[in-house]
Amino acid sequence: MSDWLLALLATLLFVALAPLFAAWVKRVKCWLQNRRAPSLLQPYRDLRRLFAKQVVMAQSASPLFVITPYVIAGATLLAAMVVPFIAVNLPTAAIADVIVLAGFFALARFFLALAGMDVGTAFGGMGSSREMTIAALAEPAMLTAVFTLAMVASSTNLSTVIEHILGQGLVLRPSLLFVLLALVLVGIAETGRIPVDNPATHLELTMIHEAMILEYSGRHLALIEWAAQLKLLIYAVLIVNIFFPWGIATHISATALGVSIAAVCFKLMVLGMLLAVGETVLAKMRLFRVPTFLVLALTLALIGLLSHIILEVG
Amino acid sequence: MLAQLPLDEQAILTLAALVMFTSFALLAQSRVVPMIHVFAWQGLLVAITTGLVAFASGKHDLYISALLTLLLKALFIPWLLHRLVTRLGIDRDEHGAEHPATVLLIGALLVIFCYYVAEPIRELSASITRNTIAISMAVVLLGLLMLVSRGKAVAQVVGFMSLENGLFFAAVAATHGMPMVVELGIAFDVLVAAVIFGVFFFHIRDSIDSLDVDQLNRLTEKDQ
Repeated sequence: MSDWLLALLATLLFVALAPLFAAWVKRVKCWLQNRRAPSLLQPYRDLRRLFAKQVVMAQSASPLFVITPYVIAGATLLAAMVVPFIAVNLPTAAIADVIVLAGFFALARFFLALAGMDVGTAFGGMGSSREMTIAALAEPAMLTAVFTLAMVASSTNLSTVIEHILGQGLVLRPSLLFVLLALVLVGIAETGRIPVDNPATHLELTMIHEAMILEYSGRHLALIEWAAQLKLLIYAVLIVNIFFPWGIATHISATALGVSIAAVCFKLMVLGMLLAVGETVLAKMRLFRVPTFLVLALTLALIGLLSHIILEVG
Repeated sequence: MLAQLPLDEQAILTLAALVMFTSFALLAQSRVVPMIHVFAWQGLLVAITTGLVAFASGKHDLYISALLTLLLKALFIPWLLHRLVTRLGIDRDEHGAEHPATVLLIGALLVIFCYYVAEPIRELSASITRNTIAISMAVVLLGLLMLVSRGKAVAQVVGFMSLENGLFFAAVAATHGMPMVVELGIAFDVLVAAVIFGVFFFHIRDSIDSLDVDQLNRLTEKDQ
C-alpha cells in the first residue's frame, strides 16, 4: 500500500516539477544570451492564467477538438507514471514497459495531429503534416535505441533496465554511449527544441508544434502546454536515470528517497544547462534537413545495436 | 562478457566503436573542412587505441606505432590536406554524396556483413582485441564506400586514408601490429602518397578545371 502511495507522490512531484524544468532551461538560456531571465515561477503563473481564462472555440470545431487536450494530458501523465523518477521497483513501473511508453507518446501525437487539422485552418494542417513527418522518422530511431537497451539489460521494463545498469557498476559500454547520443537527438526532435523546432516563437515558416495548437485557448491550451513541458521532463529523466542512475533509491527509506531527490534534481539541472548551451550555440535548421538529422539518430542507434552484438556479447 | 573485462580492455572496445562512428561521420559529412577534422579525430582515436593495446598487452614496440599514427594521421596529413584545400580555394565547397541517407544505411549493412565474415576468425583468436577485428574490417569497407560514393578528389583521398586507418587498426587488433620494419614502410608510403595526392590535385585542376573526378570519365572536352 505504501508503495502505491509513494508511486503516486513521485508522479505528482514529476508533474509538478515539469514547468520548473522548462523555466530552468529558459533561465540558463537567458543568462547565456545576456538577457534578464523571467522568474522560475513564471510557467506556473502562465498556467494559472490560462486555467482561469474562458475557452474560445472555432465554430467548425468537432468534439474531437474538445477531447484532444484531455487525451494528450492523460497519455503524457500515464507516461510519466511509467518512468522511474526517484525510486525503482515502484508498482507503477511494472504496469508498462518502454515500448508502451513510446505508444503513449504516439497516441498523444496522433490526437494532436488530428486536432491540428480539425478546425481546417492552413496552419493547423501544415503543422500536423510536419509533426507526422518528424514522428515517422523519429520513432524507428527511438525504438532501435530502446531495443539496444533491452538487449543490454535483457528486459524492456525501465525499472529493470535501471537496476541492471546500477548493479553492474562502472562499465564502459560502447552500445550505451551510442544509444545515449541517439536518444538525445530523438528527444530534441520529439520535444521540439532547437535545432528542430523553436519553442519560443510563433514564426509561421518554421513552427511545428505551435502551428497545431494555434486554435486552442484557455484550459485546453494550459493542458497541452503542461503536457509539452512534461514530455520534455520525461525525456530528460529517461536520459539521466537510464545512463547515470547513481543515486536513485533502490529501497524505500527516508534517507534513500532524500538522496534520490537531491541527485535527480542535480542531474536534471546539469542536463538543463547542457540543453540551454546546445540551444544557444546551434541555429535552427531548415525543415528539409530534419530528416538527415533523424537518419543520423537512427544510424547512431543502429551502431549502438551492432556494437552491442559485435563487441559485447562474444 | 563485457562486465568481467578489466577497465582498459573495456576502453579499447569503446574506442574501437568510436573509430567506427568516425567512419560513419566521414560518410555523412559533406563539407570539406569538417571532413578533414573528423579524419584527424579518427587518427587520434586509432593512436589512443594502439597505445592502450600496447599498455594492455605489454608490447612496447606498439607505443612507437601509436606515436607514428598520432604524428602522421592525426596531425601531419590533416594539416597538409587543410593547407591544400585552402590553397585550392575549395574549403567552402560541398563534397557530399548524392544520397547521404542511403549511403549511411549501406554502411550499416556493411558492418553486419563484416560481423558475419569475421565470426570464424574470432573463434580462432584468443587475444583480447579479437572482437574488434569485425570493427576494423568495417572501417576498411566504410572507407571503400566513401571512395565509391564521392565524386570529388579531396573526399576520395580522405576516404583512402581512412581505409588505411582501418587496415592499420586491423593489424593492431588481430596480431598486435605488424613487424616494425613493415609498419615504418607503410607509414612512409602513406606520407609520400599524401604529398603526391597534393601534387595531383593541382594537376587535375589544371587539366579539367575542376576537382570532380567524374569528369575524367569523358575522353573529350565536348559534351556528347
